[in-house]
Amino acid sequence: MVTLTMDGRKIEAPEGATLLKAANSANIEIPQLCSNEELEHYGACRLCVVEITHKNRTRIVASCIYEVAEGLEVNTRSERVLNVRKLVIELLLARNPRHPSLLKIAEDLGVKKSRFEAEIKGCILCGQCIRTCREVVGVSAIGYEGRGINKRVATPFEESPPDCIACGSCHFVCPVDVIPMKEKDGVRNIWKTDFPLQKCESCGRYFAPVKQLEYFREQYNLPPEQFSKCTHCR
Amino acid sequence: MKKIKTLEELEQFRKEIQAQRDPKKTVISICAGTGCLALGSKKIAGAIKEEIQSQGLSLKVELSAIKETGCPGFCERGPIVVIYPEGTCYLGVTVEDVPEIVSKTIANNEIIERLVYKDPDTKERVVKDSEIPFYKKQQRYLLGKNNFIDSKSIEDYIRLGGYSALAKALSAMKPDEVIQEVIDADLRGRGGGGFPAGWKWHSTRNAEGDPKYVICNADEGDPGAFMDRALLEGNPHSVLEGMIIGAYAIGSRDGYIYVRNEYPLAVTNATLALDQAREFGLLGENILGSGFGFDIKIMRGGGAFVCGESSALFASLEGRSGEPRAKYIHATDKGLWDKPTSLNNVETWANVPLIINKGAKWYNGIGTEGSKGTKIFSLVGKISNTGLVEVPMGITLREIIYDIGGGVPGGKKFKAVQTGGPSGGCIPAKHLDTPVDFDELTKLGSMMGSGGMIVMDENNCMVDVANYFLKFLEEESCGKCTPCREGILQMRKILDLITSGEGKEEDLDTLEWMGQAIIDGSLCALGGSAPNPVITTMRYFRDEYEAHIRDKKCPAGVCKALIKFSIDPENCTGCHLCARICPVEAATGEKKEIHTIDDDICIKCRACYEVCKFDAIKIM
Ligand SMILES: Cc1cc2nc3c(=O)[nH]c(=O)nc-3n(C[C@H](O)[C@H](O)[C@H](O)COP(=O)(O)O)c2cc1C
Ligand code: FES
Repeated sequence: MVTLTMDGRKIEAPEGATLLKAANSANIEIPQLCSNEELEHYGACRLCVVEITHKNRTRIVASCIYEVAEGLEVNTRSERVLNVRKLVIELLLARNPRHPSLLKIAEDLGVKKSRFEAEIKGCILCGQCIRTCREVVGVSAIGYEGRGINKRVATPFEESPPDCIACGSCHFVCPVDVIPMKEKDGVRNIWKTDFPLQKCESCGRYFAPVKQLEYFREQYNLPPEQFSKCTHCR
Repeated sequence: MKKIKTLEELEQFRKEIQAQRDPKKTVISICAGTGCLALGSKKIAGAIKEEIQSQGLSLKVELSAIKETGCPGFCERGPIVVIYPEGTCYLGVTVEDVPEIVSKTIANNEIIERLVYKDPDTKERVVKDSEIPFYKKQQRYLLGKNNFIDSKSIEDYIRLGGYSALAKALSAMKPDEVIQEVIDADLRGRGGGGFPAGWKWHSTRNAEGDPKYVICNADEGDPGAFMDRALLEGNPHSVLEGMIIGAYAIGSRDGYIYVRNEYPLAVTNATLALDQAREFGLLGENILGSGFGFDIKIMRGGGAFVCGESSALFASLEGRSGEPRAKYIHATDKGLWDKPTSLNNVETWANVPLIINKGAKWYNGIGTEGSKGTKIFSLVGKISNTGLVEVPMGITLREIIYDIGGGVPGGKKFKAVQTGGPSGGCIPAKHLDTPVDFDELTKLGSMMGSGGMIVMDENNCMVDVANYFLKFLEEESCGKCTPCREGILQMRKILDLITSGEGKEEDLDTLEWMGQAIIDGSLCALGGSAPNPVITTMRYFRDEYEAHIRDKKCPAGVCKALIKFSIDPENCTGCHLCARICPVEAATGEKKEIHTIDDDICIKCRACYEVCKFDAIKIM
């Protein structure tokens, strides 16, 4: 365990923990949009910045990456920190002016509205969908296209993603709900592509995309009859 | 060539090739740097070789004494041909000049007056290259050899003492002593950050992890900068020698040179140099019989400005997309493939042999308290002598711009100099006497960067200039983090409004606030410095911003929405040139009568303004 000071309070945290995690454990709230414990460090949204002082040097760091250290002094609400957060949320509101989770962060920061003209893109490029697909699901069906302001999340060549198993992880992880997914008549539609669902042999309910089940069988070397029934009937 | 296996063999070889060349014999250096090549220097070199043959001078000038060299820096006046031992320097040479050069100067030591340098002010003629004002105040420890080395010849490099620093390090110094020497020399990185190279090596050497990597950053992405290119193209062995010494000091066996994709000649020359060094036993196993082994691979860059940033460069070398990674662990602990890595700039590496040969004490005698040695700048923009200049740290901006650069051409007034590349800052005239070093430039809100220097005159609008750099950075932002990707875009949009006359009073406060938050909040140093051009121009040229916003005027007469072209009847002679050049027939009038410009039609292309010989076109 290491001891550090956060907003004037002495707190303890396990070695290797990020400042964000240490803050959360100490009930100190830090807004964030791109960090996810299941995923590798990314540090792109920059909402989670904090000011640290170490050996007389003060700087701004992303708390979702920076690790706790003995004697570190952390200020999670300094003026510089709040300015970065306000700017970031105003910039993101220009891409997505309406999503409740962004509006909530804005409200907490005292930002009433963005001073920047909205150019609605929806996606805030936190990258959680791409990273989940690659790091958790293990398929890399989607990725980034373009760079700078033209960067966006896309399927290869804008076509139906050949590697997608329709698991829907990207849809569920998106903090601003801009990856649509629909199910109707035994078909799941995601990334503008129809994926048939598997029907349970026993109850007749559609329970998971056929491709996803195939992927699991392949991954774990399971027999072909595995997953012929839904979890209830198994 | 058989491998050189010992120190003694290297010195023996050096003596042999030195003996082959009588220092009194003629050597002709033709610049084959990228600038002069574009102006036809290859043809000139060929013509000189032919002429020497046909005029029967082959005995006087051997083929190997006709050298196609790297860039000597004075690109403004290329193609450049220098004839040694006299050092007769001919500028702006063409193929047509060649027969005369050979028959007069080479055969009879006669000077061709029209090809020598003439001072634009005093009209004084200067024959010797080292006497030309452009070179006189320079101290060319790194670039100077470019004139004497055929960039494709390892023998030339060895003849001039090349690889003696490596021999010294391997035979007489322990790795720690090499590092100490570089620490004592106070060599700071030339790629932008100015981090002490010796300490970087020290950390890499002492870091846990194996293998350790040594990398040369030759991505040089700053628009208008070409110092690394001139070194790697013109004198590649000096960079290799520095890297081999560094690898020995750090304990690395694997090196990389990461070269900007748009530098094919640098790739060719460096690749050739690597092959030669391997053949001579200066790379590979058991270098000079020391037991130390090291080799270098060349990798071509990912083609984006941001690929020069260290974590993006590693990603690119690892085969991933060149995007910076946020981490708070030094590359010296976890760099390329998460192994201890020393990444240094081309120019940083090229300084190393110098330090080992001449010693830290000699080296840190040059420069200022906090910045030692020389720095190469690429001097461009509104300046008489465009080119590369190598100067001791601590020289003033005024000396660089006026004494070396020859000042602002066309009798225009100097306004600012932008240092540090696209995200550097603009420094106004009142700070021209600032000594140039890492810390002084930072104090002025600018930075050393990699050594770009863009001079601006009264015809540059500083709001427009800031907007220009911001646009560059907006396009080069990788798009990963919010402040850089979205923040630069929004700052640029505000500047667009200001330059088109739609700026609001509160914009200045917004820009200032955003600038600081982008610097504080960005993931890498691209965003972390991108607002600098805006912040410094607002600091030093606030009146220009205010004129755009309050008076809807562009004082420099640049921003199209805010200017009007008209003809001054006092000066107009009715020469009709303006009417002829105007692409939209806005300028009209009968010959020999006073002309007029119709503002409703005028597209503000400036063509009439540039073409008028009588100063009759006024911008308001
Ligand atoms: C956007 C960006 C671009 C950079 N481009 C270069 C480059 O082209 N060449 C270079 O040597 N350093 C470049 N750097 C600096 C490198 O990250 C690194 O600091 C440098 O190569 C270290 O070498 P040095 O200590 O010898 O200067 C860049 C940095 C940033 C943030
Ligand atoms: S949560 Fe730390 S940068 Fe996004």
